[in-house]
Amino acid sequence: MTALQRVFGRNAAYILIAPAALWLAVFFLFPILSLLTTSLSDPAGNPVTGYTLTWRVQNYVEALADYWPYLGRSLLYAGIATFFCLILGYVLAYAIAFKAGRFKTIMLVLVIAPFFTSFLVRTLSWKLILADNGWIVETLQSLNLLAEDGRLLATPVAVVAGLTYNFLPFMILPLYTSLEKIDPKLNEAAADLYANPVQRFWRVIWPLSLPGVVGGTLLTFIPATGDYINAELLGSPNTQMVGNRIQALFTTVGDYPHAAALSVILMAMIVAMVLYYVRKAGTEDLL
Amino acid sequence: MTRVGRWIGRHLALALGLLVLLYMYIPNFIVALMSFNDASQSRNLYQFQSFTWDNWLNPCAPLGMCESLRVSISIGLLATIVSTIIGTLAAFALVRHRFEGRSTANLMVFLPMATPEIVMGSSLLALFVAAGLGGQLGFWTILVAHIMFCISFVVVTVRSRLSGLDSNLEKAAMDLYANEWQTFWRVTFPLVFPGILAAALLAFSLSFDDFIITNFNAGQTVTFPMFVWGAAQRGVPMQVNVIGTLMFIAALTFVILGEVASRRRARGKVSAR
Repeated sequence: MTALQRVFGRNAAYILIAPAALWLAVFFLFPILSLLTTSLSDPAGNPVTGYTLTWRVQNYVEALADYWPYLGRSLLYAGIATFFCLILGYVLAYAIAFKAGRFKTIMLVLVIAPFFTSFLVRTLSWKLILADNGWIVETLQSLNLLAEDGRLLATPVAVVAGLTYNFLPFMILPLYTSLEKIDPKLNEAAADLYANPVQRFWRVIWPLSLPGVVGGTLLTFIPATGDYINAELLGSPNTQMVGNRIQALFTTVGDYPHAAALSVILMAMIVAMVLYYVRKAGTEDLL
Repeated sequence: MTRVGRWIGRHLALALGLLVLLYMYIPNFIVALMSFNDASQSRNLYQFQSFTWDNWLNPCAPLGMCESLRVSISIGLLATIVSTIIGTLAAFALVRHRFEGRSTANLMVFLPMATPEIVMGSSLLALFVAAGLGGQLGFWTILVAHIMFCISFVVVTVRSRLSGLDSNLEKAAMDLYANEWQTFWRVTFPLVFPGILAAALLAFSLSFDDFIITNFNAGQTVTFPMFVWGAAQRGVPMQVNVIGTLMFIAALTFVILGEVASRRRARGKVSAR
C-alpha cells in the first residue's frame, strides 16, 4: 500500500477503488436510473426499438391497481418465511456458537455445503418431498391434519416451505457472527445472580444478538420478497408473487414500462420497510 | 429425574441444532438418491422408480445439458477472476485508506446486496435495451451482470479478513528492513490470501448458481440453471441430479482440503518455533 502510495501519491485509494466503483456505477446504479425512466415511459413502444420517456405516472397507478394482490402475497409469504427462518436459524446458530465446541468450524462448513448444489435442483426436490403420494402428505392425512384429497404442493404452504428452506443460510450466518461475539461469562454472571435459563435468554443473550437478528431478517426478507422461483416451481397460479408478475411482464408480455414501475414499487417498499425496521430496532450503524 | 433432566437441558440446544442441520440436508439426500433413479419406464419424474447406474455412466445424455454446463463454468471462471481482482483492490482501498467519498463507496458496495435480484436483472435488461443492445443479449451480457453482483460479495469477504489483520506484523517487517513490495508480497498478501480464496469460491458459486439475473440478460444463451428451469416445465432429466451431486462433492472436497491445508500450516508454524 505504501509502495502504491509512493508511486501514485495520494491518489492510491482512488486508483484501487476506481474499477469497482466504475463497474457498479455503470452496471448497477445506471441501470436503476434506466429502470426509473422506463417506468415513466409510454407503454406504446416495444423492447427492441426502445421506449420514449413521457413522464407517464399512470404506469404506477395502473401497476398498483392491477397487481396489488401479488405485492401483498409477496410480503405475506416472505414475512412468514422470514419468521420461520429466524426460529430455525436461531436454534442452529445458537448451537454452533455455544454448544459445538471444537466442531464449530465443521458445523459452519456443513451449513454452507448443501448450497453448492444448484438451488433450482434443490428446490425441485421439494416437489418430491411434498408430492401428493409422498410420505409427508400421507402422514398428515392419516393424522387428519390434512383432508383426504388435500395436498401441499401447489399451495401457499409449499411456497413458504420452499422460501424458508432456500433463504435459511442468509439468516444463520449473521446470527452466528453476532452470537459468537457474546462473552459466555455474561450468561454465567446472570446465573450467579439467580436468573433462570428463560430469563438469561431473554434478558442477556437475545438483546445482545439483536444486530444479528436485524441483519439476518433483512438478508432473508429482501431476497424472499423478490423471489419467484419457489412460487413458480412449488406453487400454483393462485400463489404467484410479485416477482412472477415482473418476470412475465418483462419476458413474455414485453410490457417494460409497467414491469419497470412494478419493480420500482417493490424496491421502494423494501427500502421503506428496511429503514423503518432498522430505526425501530435501533441498530442504524448496520447500514 | 434431575440428572436426566439436566443432561437433556445441557444437550437440548445442540440436538435441536443438529435437527435443523439435518433438515437443511434433506433436499441433498433426495438429489443424490434421484441420481440413481431409472426414469425410463415411468412418466412420473418426481418419484423413485428403480435403481440404475445409467445416469452416472451417461451424464451428458440429455440434449444440451453438458453444453449449458460448459457455458456456466466458463462464465463462472471469468466472472470469478475479474470480480475477485476488482473487489480485492476495492477492499484494500476501503480498509487501508481514509479518503473522501469512502462512506459513499461503502454504501455503493452494500446496495447491490440489498437489492432484490429481480430488480437488478430487470434494470440491467432495461439498460441494455435502452442502449440498443436488445438483440445482442448473450454470453457477454451475462458475464457483465455476474461480475456486477459478485463484486460486492468479494469486497465484503476480503474486507473482513483485511480489517482483522494485525498491522504490527507489517511494521515489524519494515523494521527488519523489508521494503514496501517485500512487505506486501511476503507478509500482507499471504495473510489476506485465505480471504481472497474464500471470496473467489463464493463468487464462483454465486455466478454458477444464478438464475434470476441471468434469465433476464441471456438472450439465446443457455446456462446450467436455465437448462434446469427449461427442463422443469417438461420433467427434469435424472442426469441433472448427477451434476447436482457432483457439484456438492466437489465443493465439499475443496473446503475440506482448504481446512486441512490451513491446519497443517498452523501446525508447521508451531513446530518451527
